Amino acid sequence: MSFAYAKAAASIMASLLLVACEREQRDFQTPSSGSPSGDHYQRDAYDVAQGKRLFNWMNCSGCHSHGGGGMGPALMDNRWIYGGKIQQIYQSIHDGRRNGMPAWKHRMTDQQIWQVAAYVRSMGRYLRKDVAPGRDDAMQSGKAESRRERASAIVPSTPP
Amino acid sequence: MTAGRIRSVVQLATCSSALQACSGWQSALDPHSQTAAHLAGLFWFFTAICAIVWVLVVAALIMVLRRRRESESVLPGDDFPHQQRRKAIIVGSLTAITAIILTVLTYMSFYATREITWPRKHVLTVKVTGQQWWWQLDYQNQDPSQSFGTANELHIPVGQPVTVDLEAADVIHSFWVPNLIGKQDMIPGRKNVLTLRADKPGLYRGQCAEFCGLQHAHMSMFVFAEPPAAFEAWRRHQLEPAATPGAPQRITGMNIFVHGACATCHAVGGTDADGQTGPNLTHFAQRATIAAGTLRNTPANLSRWLADPQAVKPGTNMPQVPMSPADRQALVAYLEGLK
Repeated sequence: MSFAYAKAAASIMASLLLVACEREQRDFQTPSSGSPSGDHYQRDAYDVAQGKRLFNWMNCSGCHSHGGGGMGPALMDNRWIYGGKIQQIYQSIHDGRRNGMPAWKHRMTDQQIWQVAAYVRSMGRYLRKDVAPGRDDAMQSGKAESRRERASAIVPSTPP
Repeated sequence: MTAGRIRSVVQLATCSSALQACSGWQSALDPHSQTAAHLAGLFWFFTAICAIVWVLVVAALIMVLRRRRESESVLPGDDFPHQQRRKAIIVGSLTAITAIILTVLTYMSFYATREITWPRKHVLTVKVTGQQWWWQLDYQNQDPSQSFGTANELHIPVGQPVTVDLEAADVIHSFWVPNLIGKQDMIPGRKNVLTLRADKPGLYRGQCAEFCGLQHAHMSMFVFAEPPAAFEAWRRHQLEPAATPGAPQRITGMNIFVHGACATCHAVGGTDADGQTGPNLTHFAQRATIAAGTLRNTPANLSRWLADPQAVKPGTNMPQVPMSPADRQALVAYLEGLK
């Protein structure tokens, strides 16, 4: 009886381990620039966490205020002026947008811009729960990204 | 000489060489400051007491094992009253001695720790921030024009107490320069304080002592304890802006640095580069190593580091910035001229 329990528990653990595979894959080389689609960045918890670090380092909160919006638009709601797909967010960061968003193409590497774009997607929980960042080590203004409610369907919005 | 004897001689030789490794470079048993001497003294006292106790216990055990029983018929509890009293006295006094030894050791440990963290009058405050995986050093002064930042190489005046404020930017690190002081944890959102005073001039190696991620092993630091005059000269030089480049190649390098991705994270005093998240590079060429003791600071190594940081220090936050070889050469020339 107890042996059967142990066997069941072991197989459950093994399947859990398999599920967790590739969730946090890290390859320690910079991919060649101009990767056509950055979709894999938003499936990797490591890349999203790096994006969060860069979001702080580059002082994105100076205008976007931890995603709630201030001088710049909010990033955690479902309104996307220039589109909410990771490729469109990448474009906004890379080339900048009118009325204040600076271009980062000379300030960050391609990989870093993809990572920030993936993190921005996690702010409204457009990413899988197990990929979005957990609680901060320091004080945090709101719920951890992975614990937020998912923002509802993306609403296109007209540029100002 | 038998084989067993040869083996034991070899073992003895290895043991003594292992002990020799304890003296000198990055060793808590070779103290060069008062606080490290307190800790080393504590270590030797504990070791001596424990060794004596161990020898006595083993001797008593051997004695008991070798003693022949007087009579098989005597069972525990069958003793005569005077024997029982003798045993009670032995057990009681041994318990008392144990309690006394433990109390003395506890108090000694407490006083040594208090001696280390006791605030003293200091001449200098340095904020040390642990980062993955390097040390940010901010020499603080009430007058902002006398404050400056550097990284990985801590200069201190000999014989003068220096207050070290320990903080962390990302995860828990630990400040440890065994010949001088430590360890003390560096915790995000907290400030721990140590007072550091080197008694002899010299170069001491420090190392992060709390596992902090992939490159924990490549997070080392050097402490330069210098005579006060030499320290003051170093401090004055640090306050100056970076040397202006003269050669055309170096000017190209400066433009790449200031207008490219480097300036996003790194600062060079006297230029527009004012990034605060990476190490300050104002006097980079004066430092002995690159990436917190990972590579010696030579033009070839710097070029290797810039070409692919992930190959040198996998996991580092330093990205690979795409650049032509000529541009990289210009950048290396600029950085290696920042004396």
